[in-house]
Amino acid sequence: MGRSWRNFFRRGKEEEAQPPVATEEREAPAAGPEEEPSGGWFGRLRQGLRRSRESVVGQLNAAVAEFRDADDEEFWERVEEILIASDVGVPTTAKLVQQLEQEALERNITGAGELRRLLIEHAARMLEGPVEIDLSHRPTVILMVGVNGTGKTTTIGKLARHLPARKVMFAAGDTFRAAAIEQLQKWGERVGAPVIARERGADAAAVAHDAVEAAKREGVDVLIVDTAGRLHTKINLMAELEKVRRVIGRQLPGAPHEVLLTVDATTGQNGLRQAKMFKDVAGVTGVVLTKLDGTAKGGIALAIADEVGLPIKLVSVGEGVEDLHPFDARQFAEALFGEL
Amino acid sequence: MFDTLSERLNTALEGVRGSGTLTEEQVKKVTREIRLALLEADVNYGVVKEFVGRVRERATGAEVSKALSPGQQVVKIVHEELANLMGGSAHKLSYASRPPTVVMLAGLNGHGKTTAAGKLALFVRKQGKNPFLVACDTYRPAAVDQLKQIGRELGVPVYDEGTEAPPEEIAERGVKAARDGGYDFVIVDTAGRQVVDTEMMEELKRVRKACRPHSVLLVLDVVTGQTAVEVAQAFQEYADFDGMILTKLDGDARGGAALSVVSVTGRPVRFASEGEKMGEFDYFYPDRMAGRILGMGDVLTLIEKAEAQMDRREAEAQSKKLMAGKLTFEDFLQQMQMIKKMGPLSGILGMLPGIGQQLKDVQIDDRMLNRVEAMITSMTPQERRNPKLLQNPSRVRRIARGSGTSPQDVQRLVRQFNEMQKMMRQMGKGGGMPRIPKMPFGMR
Repeated sequence: MGRSWRNFFRRGKEEEAQPPVATEEREAPAAGPEEEPSGGWFGRLRQGLRRSRESVVGQLNAAVAEFRDADDEEFWERVEEILIASDVGVPTTAKLVQQLEQEALERNITGAGELRRLLIEHAARMLEGPVEIDLSHRPTVILMVGVNGTGKTTTIGKLARHLPARKVMFAAGDTFRAAAIEQLQKWGERVGAPVIARERGADAAAVAHDAVEAAKREGVDVLIVDTAGRLHTKINLMAELEKVRRVIGRQLPGAPHEVLLTVDATTGQNGLRQAKMFKDVAGVTGVVLTKLDGTAKGGIALAIADEVGLPIKLVSVGEGVEDLHPFDARQFAEALFGEL
Repeated sequence: MFDTLSERLNTALEGVRGSGTLTEEQVKKVTREIRLALLEADVNYGVVKEFVGRVRERATGAEVSKALSPGQQVVKIVHEELANLMGGSAHKLSYASRPPTVVMLAGLNGHGKTTAAGKLALFVRKQGKNPFLVACDTYRPAAVDQLKQIGRELGVPVYDEGTEAPPEEIAERGVKAARDGGYDFVIVDTAGRQVVDTEMMEELKRVRKACRPHSVLLVLDVVTGQTAVEVAQAFQEYADFDGMILTKLDGDARGGAALSVVSVTGRPVRFASEGEKMGEFDYFYPDRMAGRILGMGDVLTLIEKAEAQMDRREAEAQSKKLMAGKLTFEDFLQQMQMIKKMGPLSGILGMLPGIGQQLKDVQIDDRMLNRVEAMITSMTPQERRNPKLLQNPSRVRRIARGSGTSPQDVQRLVRQFNEMQKMMRQMGKGGGMPRIPKMPFGMR
């Protein structure tokens, strides 16, 4: 579902050789699965997902075990059900099952294991996209957007811990929700990032403006701008977001360099609408799938990748800082459909 | 993305009108469409299966009436079944015979517990209660601050001990503090948690034991997908909740999760929480939710909202004028002000069946209403009563200057007003509702 942080950030040339700063203060990044296949975060993730895996994978196992040949209508119906139960959604499920059925027929697949591999392969292919985050700009501006309660502020805190940058700065652009500024400030203290803020109720674009100016002045490497959670249906709030984006771009041409949309993994088909609207208005460049530590299967990621064409860049599989990971399509597909 | 279920069913059942009973083949088509619609609304697939079976039974051999199209008729059956499943009428809150009434909120991270706590406090205060909040979310940074800020804004006291003490102890002392202070309604806010985190779920159990709530409410985000069932089952096991607060209903999620949870746990949705303003909170009405899940719009709510704002006789007089094509800008202004009182325009239009779908990709800007209002208030009383005067360019220029708009804007308003008059006259003559040619006043 995730991979190691190595090579996740693209950096400027002069910096390539330098080690991440202040590593000793940080928790060691969790070992990637390639080093520690049974334990580490992958193991925790599997454990975390056990409840949902028990039901979904259990059914999948049962279904696959009964698989005889690709002509079996009932079998494909069960696969469909399993995908839908993972929040993949009807259109993407139909597409995936059709692809699978066709290939299974063509290649005359009869083995259960082979079929599972095929399923994982197709899902992974659908999910593949540009994952890296480009940090070669000085400062690099990352804008966090999303609906309420999807974990924007938390993601900012976690992401900052992993940034191989000397100077990180936060902008408290959520001037709406009670105590949102304080929440970001607490993260700022934890990770040693100064927080540019105004009072609650201030214009978010003004905060963004201040922050970009401060970041330029103080030679900050990465500026992460938090924004208030907003439902994608609220036109005024979406217009405000557009303005924040515009103001950042005016202060620093080419910025924001990344616009990350947080999507709660428990989200159903409305996640598609969220992704579409935020992509249109805020120019989202990638998705952070959060709260994948619950029962959620996060199948909405497949639908978003397929129907909206946005790459998933990061996944959050727990509450700890070490639980944020660069997205790995193959592992995600395996976690969804792999054997227990 | 999706059509309304009724449109889909009508397509599936084309030509069936008035032909006696539905055949097996037709019922099969119907159940397929219902299944898809419910899945797209995020109803759990297991629940869908069961539900569709029930509808199939009722639809097979159902008389096709002459009044309704077969599609409509099946929709009616589905709607009834859905509303029944969700518990018929609203489930009101009951208060403890010996106060204080203690209500504990629980739920996943980010589903809106803290905001709901504030809204519930305001809601019960309006009912004459004296609410008191207890901050037990010691995990999320600044969660305690958030509740304290909300409490300050509402003027509701908040009990907190920072983030060091165990939540169950805070809960116990909080309830005691409320009792000692003479408050009669205590709301205990807890941390968001993932149901797979057994430690956290055990903690919830302890908090529940410590504060001995009369009611435990599961706070559930309306966007929740298929996982809602497992989430609800876990919270039932550890917190034994007796009802739900459904949050973020002002978005465009269809909210099938609500149906899943109710049908699996048997616990009703008690409250509907809409927007970010503290007042946007009310009892939950299952029949309305049924319509939302089916994409049928929320006619009942709209009717109620309109009724609350409109003087009936006034309305009748206006609609007569409207149909006769004798509407003036004065009437128009009045109607607009009434509409504005009903809430955001996007919300109102979304409640209209059919329209909600037609407008699903339309951007509706409430400021547009303000602009139109500015233009009309910049007209003289004569101009408002007699729009023909507005063919005079110098009048148009003056109105544009007065309202901060351009002469083109004013001309467009006048033109569209005239077009609307024409359309209404047609309707008044019994020409039926024409398809709206284009949205007036800058809605794109």
